Amino acid sequence: MRRIRIFTAIATATALLAAGCGTADDSATPAPGGSGGALTPIKLQLQWFYQAQFGGYIAAVDQGFYKEQGLDVQLLEGGVDIVPQTVLAQGKADYAVAWVPKALASREQGAGITDVGQIFGRSGTYQVVWKDSGIKTAADLKGKKVGNWGFGNEYELFAGMTKAGLDPGKDVTLVQQQFDMQALLKKEIDAAQAMSYNEYAQLLEAKNPQTGKLYTADDFSIIDWKSEGSSMLQDAVWANTEKLNDPAYQQQTVKFLTATIKGWAFCRDNAEKCRDLVVAKGSKLGKSHQLWQMNETNKLIWPAAGGIGVIDDAAWKQTVDISMTTKNQTGDTVLTKAPEGLAYTNDYINQAITAAKAAGVDVNGTSFQPATVTLTEGGA
Amino acid sequence: MRKLLYAVVGLVVAVALWEGYKAVGNPDGTVLFGVRVLPRADDLSMPHLWTVLERLGRPELTGGRPVWIVVVRACLFTLGITAVGFVIGAVVGLLLAVVMERFRIVERGLLPYVILSQTVPLVALAPLVAGWGGTIMPAWAVVSLIAAYLAFFPVAVGMLRGLQSPSASGVELMRSYAAGWWRTLVKLRFPSSLPYLFPALRLAGAAAVVGAVVGEISTGTRGGVGRLIIEYSREATSDPAKVYTAMLGAALLGLVVAGLVSLLELPLMRHRRHVEVVTL
Repeated sequence: MRRIRIFTAIATATALLAAGCGTADDSATPAPGGSGGALTPIKLQLQWFYQAQFGGYIAAVDQGFYKEQGLDVQLLEGGVDIVPQTVLAQGKADYAVAWVPKALASREQGAGITDVGQIFGRSGTYQVVWKDSGIKTAADLKGKKVGNWGFGNEYELFAGMTKAGLDPGKDVTLVQQQFDMQALLKKEIDAAQAMSYNEYAQLLEAKNPQTGKLYTADDFSIIDWKSEGSSMLQDAVWANTEKLNDPAYQQQTVKFLTATIKGWAFCRDNAEKCRDLVVAKGSKLGKSHQLWQMNETNKLIWPAAGGIGVIDDAAWKQTVDISMTTKNQTGDTVLTKAPEGLAYTNDYINQAITAAKAAGVDVNGTSFQPATVTLTEGGA
Repeated sequence: MRKLLYAVVGLVVAVALWEGYKAVGNPDGTVLFGVRVLPRADDLSMPHLWTVLERLGRPELTGGRPVWIVVVRACLFTLGITAVGFVIGAVVGLLLAVVMERFRIVERGLLPYVILSQTVPLVALAPLVAGWGGTIMPAWAVVSLIAAYLAFFPVAVGMLRGLQSPSASGVELMRSYAAGWWRTLVKLRFPSSLPYLFPALRLAGAAAVVGAVVGEISTGTRGGVGRLIIEYSREATSDPAKVYTAMLGAALLGLVVAGLVSLLELPLMRHRRHVEVVTL
């Protein structure tokens, strides 16, 4: 009898725990949208957690731009071990956001994916140094300790150093950098890799223990790979190459891109509103940080002379050239040969731009003026 | 009472070590022959414990909930995932042990693979199963699966030894009663395996916590303490104490799970002798 009671106790305890988990699940999975019966479900794989870097997609979902096009878009957050272009190639998502060099490397490994919209026309990668170090250009990095993230994030840095006449393997000490900026603040390294929209802002949100105030942009210098001529294309929308033969998927791609353009134009014109949408998605990064990120992201897109998302041949060529020629510290290049097959196409984005223009959307943002964002401690 | 005292003493020692090292350690760390042998003791690397505690009380973001509530909720979420993983792992481990005990050939064939399973690094496994989330099962279930994958191993190995532990004379006695395999299992093997089972369950509990936290980190599953660690560590530059609040939560979660598992054994082990068993 006692034994039965014990087992009942165990069973009840387990059931309670399982039930606890079950309720947590309910709040985690969003309820499927009930309106509009004929919406096509679409999954878009992002590179990371919700943040303003993906503001345009979030806005297009929230403002109903995708719904207007008959699409029910579900955004999939990234994670440490989630590779968007692989998720796309495996058919677990319909589109993915990925950096061009990394996606090209996956293509070479057999992933059948095509760049259908180069949303970020510019690279946001910096190498940040202390102003008093006197480092101003890539050539000044000689003999310094240079932090980099590795994992394919390092090629702009290596190409920049190579271009400046340095041998990255010999002339600098390379240091594997964490995804925070502590190493630079502690002066363990002389130059730290940073994205303009994220890690650089984190520096400006940290308190200088000597003054008790936040660090300012005057404390640091930036080596910007755009001006060093070694920048590579970053966030782009990738589609499944094989499915692009299907007229239905082609049409869907145009619709998806049209709504995406609208989303990004919305974030350009309503940066603060867009920031609020991102924050409402449960981002753990603070409001001022997200507004900074929104503003910096906008700078990477706008103004877009050829129209948002159109792949610039020269920038593409530069990305591919660097991918094939620049060696990292282990002597590897991103690509061993030129991309084969349909690596990119402007067919769909051009149709989408025409559609967006017809709907009265400014697809060039010629008059775009970045805002001045004041960061608060911790970005809160 | 005495246990509580020991726990408090342990906590005080840990606090004293942390703050003591901060007081005497070199803020820039100690480097010997170019290799860092002692960590940095500055506030950025090792914030004062009171800074961490104070951070727990302040809002996560301006106008948001206090950090401690966020951390506790995340821990409860992960506790749920861990519990599911633990139960699945324990059941699978038990079944495997019973089958391996019953059929010697299965033990020979399967045991090497059971051991091999634990040499597969989680980082290789996680991306494979990550894609199942949202398609054939909810995202949290994938994390439970990873937890179960780590948890079944100690149970399978420990329970197998437990089931094989009755003496030959005991087994022969059962045979002389004309007891079949099932009856021998229930009357003799299960009871005598209990001292082996419980240490194995404790290991499984710890493994399930690790699996759940690491699984959340690698798949980016929203809501748990693993995700919180990775989100807060991105802010380590400007808010180093915040990272430690999440880690504190994860440590607490481990303790709670260990406590819950040992609660399971209280009623069953009351009249039995505890034996030290090394299952790994």
